[in-house]
Amino acid sequence: MKKISFSLNGEQRFVYVTPNEILLDVLRYKMGAKSPKCGCDTGDCGACTILLNGKAVRSCLIFAVEVEAQDIVTLEGISRDGLTPLQKALIEHNAFQCGYCAPGMILSATELINSNPHPGEEEIKEAISGNLCRCTGYQPVIDAIKNATKKH
Amino acid sequence: MEKLKYVGQSSVRIDGKEKVSGAALFTDDLEFGPDLLYAEIVEGPHAHAMINSIDTSEAEHVPEVLCVVTGKDFPYNFGLYMKDRFIFAQDRVRFFGEQIAAVVARTPEAAKKAAKLVRVSYSPLPKVLSPVDAVKKNADLIHPDLKHYEHVPWFFPKPDSNIAHHRKIRKGDVEKGFAEADYVLEDTYEVPRYAHCAIEYHAAVAKFDHSGRLTVWASSQSPHTQRNLFASALAPMGITHNDVRVIAPHVGGGFGSKAGVTMEIIAAAIATKVKGHPVKVLWNREREFYNTYQRLGVTANLKVGVKKDGRITALHHELFWDAGAYVEYGANVVNAVGLSAIGPYRVDNASIDSYCIYTNLPPGGPYRGFGYSEFLFGLESHMERIAGHLGIDPIEIRRRNAIKAGDLTAYGAPMNPNGLQQAIDAVEKEIGWKKKLVSKDPDIAIGKGFSLFWKAPAMPPNTSSSCFLKFNEDASVNLLVSGMDIGQGFLTVMAQIAAEVLSVPVSKIRTENPDTDRNPYEWQTVASHVTWGCGNAVKLAAMDARKQILALVSRTHHLPEETLFLEDEQVKCMTRPDFSLPLKDFVIAGIQMGDGTFKGGPIIGRGVFMPEYASTKANPETSQGGHPNVHYTVGAAAAIIEVDRKTGKVKVKKIVEAVDCGKAINPDLVKGQITGGILQGISTVLYEEMKFDHRAKMLNPNFTDYKIPTSLDLPDEVVPIIIEVPEPDGPYGARGMGEHTMIPVAPMIANAIEDALGIRIKSMPITSEKICLTLLNRGKND
Repeated sequence: MKKISFSLNGEQRFVYVTPNEILLDVLRYKMGAKSPKCGCDTGDCGACTILLNGKAVRSCLIFAVEVEAQDIVTLEGISRDGLTPLQKALIEHNAFQCGYCAPGMILSATELINSNPHPGEEEIKEAISGNLCRCTGYQPVIDAIKNATKKH
Repeated sequence: MEKLKYVGQSSVRIDGKEKVSGAALFTDDLEFGPDLLYAEIVEGPHAHAMINSIDTSEAEHVPEVLCVVTGKDFPYNFGLYMKDRFIFAQDRVRFFGEQIAAVVARTPEAAKKAAKLVRVSYSPLPKVLSPVDAVKKNADLIHPDLKHYEHVPWFFPKPDSNIAHHRKIRKGDVEKGFAEADYVLEDTYEVPRYAHCAIEYHAAVAKFDHSGRLTVWASSQSPHTQRNLFASALAPMGITHNDVRVIAPHVGGGFGSKAGVTMEIIAAAIATKVKGHPVKVLWNREREFYNTYQRLGVTANLKVGVKKDGRITALHHELFWDAGAYVEYGANVVNAVGLSAIGPYRVDNASIDSYCIYTNLPPGGPYRGFGYSEFLFGLESHMERIAGHLGIDPIEIRRRNAIKAGDLTAYGAPMNPNGLQQAIDAVEKEIGWKKKLVSKDPDIAIGKGFSLFWKAPAMPPNTSSSCFLKFNEDASVNLLVSGMDIGQGFLTVMAQIAAEVLSVPVSKIRTENPDTDRNPYEWQTVASHVTWGCGNAVKLAAMDARKQILALVSRTHHLPEETLFLEDEQVKCMTRPDFSLPLKDFVIAGIQMGDGTFKGGPIIGRGVFMPEYASTKANPETSQGGHPNVHYTVGAAAAIIEVDRKTGKVKVKKIVEAVDCGKAINPDLVKGQITGGILQGISTVLYEEMKFDHRAKMLNPNFTDYKIPTSLDLPDEVVPIIIEVPEPDGPYGARGMGEHTMIPVAPMIANAIEDALGIRIKSMPITSEKICLTLLNRGKND
């Protein structure tokens, strides 16, 4: 077991892990961050997406030992100070159905908006193209992101 | 027409905030403490084999392993409609990957390590992989005990064969109908198996505590049905319905895969062997593909006779279903299609033979559309081809044959009121059917396709829904129902119905997924029936509560009850405009009288709904005489596509779909079902394809090799159209529409491909490769 320390949702945390432990499992089962979900374990579905130093990455493809001294944000961290305009727009648009892909989808969209506050539709589609959703047909999600990021 | 305030509004989902904030908890998100155990499954590496012996001794000695269980521990049959399934394989395995045993350990790692050490000896048997082979004389029997299995009275298994059920329709005089026809088209259509691909895995945690209570937390569409099946399967161990409790957290997508009982019973059974511990069984993506349910495959022989004007004179539909190794649920798909494979048409002379056939492939079961996508691929392709032969517009031929209210369905009961003609007209107009489209790029061909659809809920005739409704001090409401919000928005719609009756805003109504100990009975969340069935129960519960409120105010304020009504969370009086009494003043506390006493008490409503006219009692040779389906939901759709002649790649430019949902309780959620269902339909016709090797092992049980669409694969435009011809016994006229939206997509894309390229593809999926090969071979076989 190795002790690793990193920032999780703005709080400095530490945890003991074996070298082969997957970050997604450590976040969910050892640190109580349940919003990243498992949908494939192979990096295909994007349900486990988190922000690692601001970049949207798949936590099922990262060993926990790799994140020593880094900065991780999950959906719990995004929601901590109230809902963002993106989250509010997603509610208004009834964008999600089962909601299982929502945490990953929202973090992918958050990364996009942080670097590109007024993205076009194609940029939105590209940004969430790694997040599989079986319910919605994606369009309501895209419309919500568009609405949350349009120029006023 | 009453004026509606909450019903018919596009309210935001009542679970929206939970789902976008990360607060929503799914089964594997729940905490069970340090005593939680983990199970790992041992799978059979043969599609069909006898099990000679299982040696668990080495596995049992792995540190942190508590026990290893096998079929011998649970020699019980179970199943929803036919008890042909086992918790673990008994004397034989019937599909590749079937569960043989499970190891229970303190850690997932120990369980996995030990599972590899379970030694099983097999004697392989001949595999039966196609339904056509399975019904041949002398075919190897997959279930030699078929004749001993319990089943519902409306199933007709053929003993000593691989035919688990045969649903027959005989209506009118088919021979005469074909003799009268000016043109008869006969052909065969093939639809393979598909996977649901909900993003959340199946997950179940069970605990059998020291008091004998069996609690199961499961990602489920069917909490009460699971309670029922767990209790009846485990009854020999002394477990009763009263002992079993199923708790259903949020569900990360179902599409039929989490209906009935599949892997959840493994958790329930194992828990009885490790008393006092919660034990978790978590599926993975591979098992999602090969060991839950798959959509059944079908080979359909279709013969339709028409007059010169396109009117159908006779139809014969013969469907051979590849139902897989166990058909306890899938046989009802076969039954549903057997009753309905005339499509949404008036057909006076019809015969249908729908055969449920065992094969050594994964169990077939419920999948969004419940067989209707499969048979309508053939039928709606067929109608387009007949129109082409007769020189009739493809929409016009549908219009001439479309079923109307009062026409007799295939089983002889009258068709319900419906807006099929309105749907046809609306789609024709919106898609610009008559306008010829030509691409400027010579490599790109443009095509248009059209399809009708229909579907009825397939349910036992005594299916029921119920609701408790209770008020809180602030006049907020808790609705207790046991339908599941699997993403479709069921709970929001229930809240809207209660809001309408009680004149309480939707935001003050809380309703959550159920716990079978606390919430009243619901059969299952399947068949697109809960808006209709449970919606009726909710409406009745709210009316019951309203009646109590008005009676209380009447007797305490000496006002005639019939003059009282609810508005904006208050009781008001038609004859006394100055009178208003806020609900929050008395729905818990009661109403104080002049002498200081209180009258009333907490307001609690109750509602129960069962369609008392439904019956499966009919002549088994003809299916005439009963009323097996409560109603059909109908609609129409059209597509414009572009096909690249060089690559075969299809781009969907526009889809218009009109569905008659009777009344859209929440139009935004109805449109959401259309948008989502259309993409799922596109995916089945253009992208998804299962591959099996020579051992009948699925080769692509993952999202790398079994492709479902991403945000880059959308149609350019989707136009949802809502038609509202009320269902006489629906809440505010509503009927279901969730499954239906994907049904027309496959045939209309096939029709559009023919329009674009002049090739008719009669098997799904219609991949780019298949289009190119068909183009290359064009003319060679003619």
